[in-house]
Amino acid sequence: MSLLNVKNLCAYYQTELYGISRTVRAVDGVSFELFPNEIYGVAGESSCGKTTLIKVISGNVKNPLKVISGSVEYKFGEYAVDMLHISKEELRSSVRWKEISYVMQGSMSVLNPVRKIIKTFEDIITTHDRFTNKKEFLEHARAHVNRLGLPTEVLNSYPHQLSGGMRQRVAIVLATLFQPSLIIADEPTTALDVVVQRGVLQMIKNIQAMSSNTVLLVTHDMAVHANVADRVMIMYAGRIAEEAPTEIIFNAPLHPYTQHLIRSLPMIGERSDKAGLRGSPPNLANPPSGCRFHERCPEVMDICLTEVPEMITVGEKHRVACHLVKENYL
Amino acid sequence: MSDTEKLLDVQHVTVEFHIGGLLGGSLLVAVNDISFSLDKDRPEIFTLAGESGSGKTTLSRLFLRDLEPTRGKVLFEGRDLATIRKRSEFKEFMKKVQPVFQNPFETFSPLRRVDAYLFDTALNFKMARNRRDAILVVDEALRSVGLSLEEVSRRYPHELSGGQTQRVSVARALISQPKLILADEPVSMVDASLRMEIVNLFRELRDKQKVSVIYITHDLATAYYISDRIGIMLRGFIVESGPVEDVLEQPFHPYTKLLKESVPEPNPKDRETWAKHISLGTTEVKEYSQVGCKFASRCPQVMDICREVDPPDVQIERRVVKCYLYMENTGQ
Repeated sequence: MSLLNVKNLCAYYQTELYGISRTVRAVDGVSFELFPNEIYGVAGESSCGKTTLIKVISGNVKNPLKVISGSVEYKFGEYAVDMLHISKEELRSSVRWKEISYVMQGSMSVLNPVRKIIKTFEDIITTHDRFTNKKEFLEHARAHVNRLGLPTEVLNSYPHQLSGGMRQRVAIVLATLFQPSLIIADEPTTALDVVVQRGVLQMIKNIQAMSSNTVLLVTHDMAVHANVADRVMIMYAGRIAEEAPTEIIFNAPLHPYTQHLIRSLPMIGERSDKAGLRGSPPNLANPPSGCRFHERCPEVMDICLTEVPEMITVGEKHRVACHLVKENYL
Repeated sequence: MSDTEKLLDVQHVTVEFHIGGLLGGSLLVAVNDISFSLDKDRPEIFTLAGESGSGKTTLSRLFLRDLEPTRGKVLFEGRDLATIRKRSEFKEFMKKVQPVFQNPFETFSPLRRVDAYLFDTALNFKMARNRRDAILVVDEALRSVGLSLEEVSRRYPHELSGGQTQRVSVARALISQPKLILADEPVSMVDASLRMEIVNLFRELRDKQKVSVIYITHDLATAYYISDRIGIMLRGFIVESGPVEDVLEQPFHPYTKLLKESVPEPNPKDRETWAKHISLGTTEVKEYSQVGCKFASRCPQVMDICREVDPPDVQIERRVVKCYLYMENTGQ
């Protein structure tokens, strides 16, 4: 049974200024499912709609972002939530932080710079769960920090006293306070160095293995997906290009965009020429007709210019949206 | 080899910063006794790699004469940068050494058209007498990065993609026909599909225009792809340096080994070993003020002496390693 079921989701940014209206189709017809106990990776370049997708599925839709159509449904065990129609009060009291939590890119902005870490813990706990006395709360916080392998001293430090990696790990600890069913990690290691990145990702993997929940890992770094994710979705210009288990994405990708992404990754010990992709990412306010990748695709056909490719299932858990694949497959 | 054959010669430079109060406080050695050189007639791409806070950027500021070393000398074409005093001399120097920065959208003001920067540079460095002559100079620079004046003229930074803006940034640096380009994390803000384009551009500059490049990065995979030599930095020291194939394919220093292991391979087959647990460093300041080898607190092969005295530079074949483990090889 799936934890999250997103069906045909369209979310646009609609602005109207001085009589000029503009629509940015950031998420356009996206369907996918998340299952319990997996790490699901979302990859794509900047401005391909990754962050918008997260905003919608975490119930964070604010003007000018509007959900045009589609559905976002969760099933936390017996508790079913329709994310697009839930009341703000219910979202705050029983979903946020308890069932869905969020780890952001810049952990410096999550933690209040003038308060000790323990105070931030206190803030979160008191808004979502009432502890009767302070002692009980402190014990809970310490035990949780210990369980995840951080020194308890961090609780009494200010954010600036910790290194970037430690801060990011504190942000992850905060996100897992209530053992949520889904942890959304948006570029959690982008600002970090390789060694620290490895430490932080190991922690995310450990937590996932310990509590068998679901992690939605969003990053543009394919090498991270290769080592962490179980399944990977490749987004391009607001749509899903391909979705498959990690091994298939890396060893037998079908979509030309995925193929190029994988081929162009530099590796230590291998120095063959790697080419960039011609053209530049499309403007989502005025996306190309048909397949949105057609302007940059090395294998473009006539049909790609006019018709939007439909998502077809080509193997177990492997879906692709490409006319060429469809032609070869059928 | 005499000094005149060197393009850039860095001799035992040290940079110290005083941190803390006016009276108290402590000394932070951001760059610690670093020496290396680039040859004049053999253009190459030299990579400085290391985690953030390892002193890469401080070191590169010395080469732009943005900062003066506390001790040691930086010679460019045989001339000590500290002796450049006159404005005209400094301009001559700037012509030959040009920077390319990390974020292409911060390099250019969003309110100014990007070609204005190119024309300003051409006129400032007297590469053209007037604006009409400058058109040729600017167009030529843009063509060498795969763009043309037609494409970028009258455009604002937001009208170009990240990759294009970064290429304009490289074109700007090329206008004065420099001998050395200093690229500080030039691809870390560029999208994956456009990244290789920029990286390939640096290779092309080296091969066709004979420009040397100092490439500063924390991304070892692109460093391996483009560079000839590499220096791995840790807390102000270069702990290992040499040809990039030697250093990255078979690292000697325990820190380089850890770095290489930590680079995630874009291949799911190694995920089990990559997930092996590692210990992370303490805060930056703690590691900087540590006596002896800065890696001692994290090193799996640490010895007593490592915590007492700075390790020596040991020459092994084509590379230099700063580690006690390799002392026997020198016959000492």
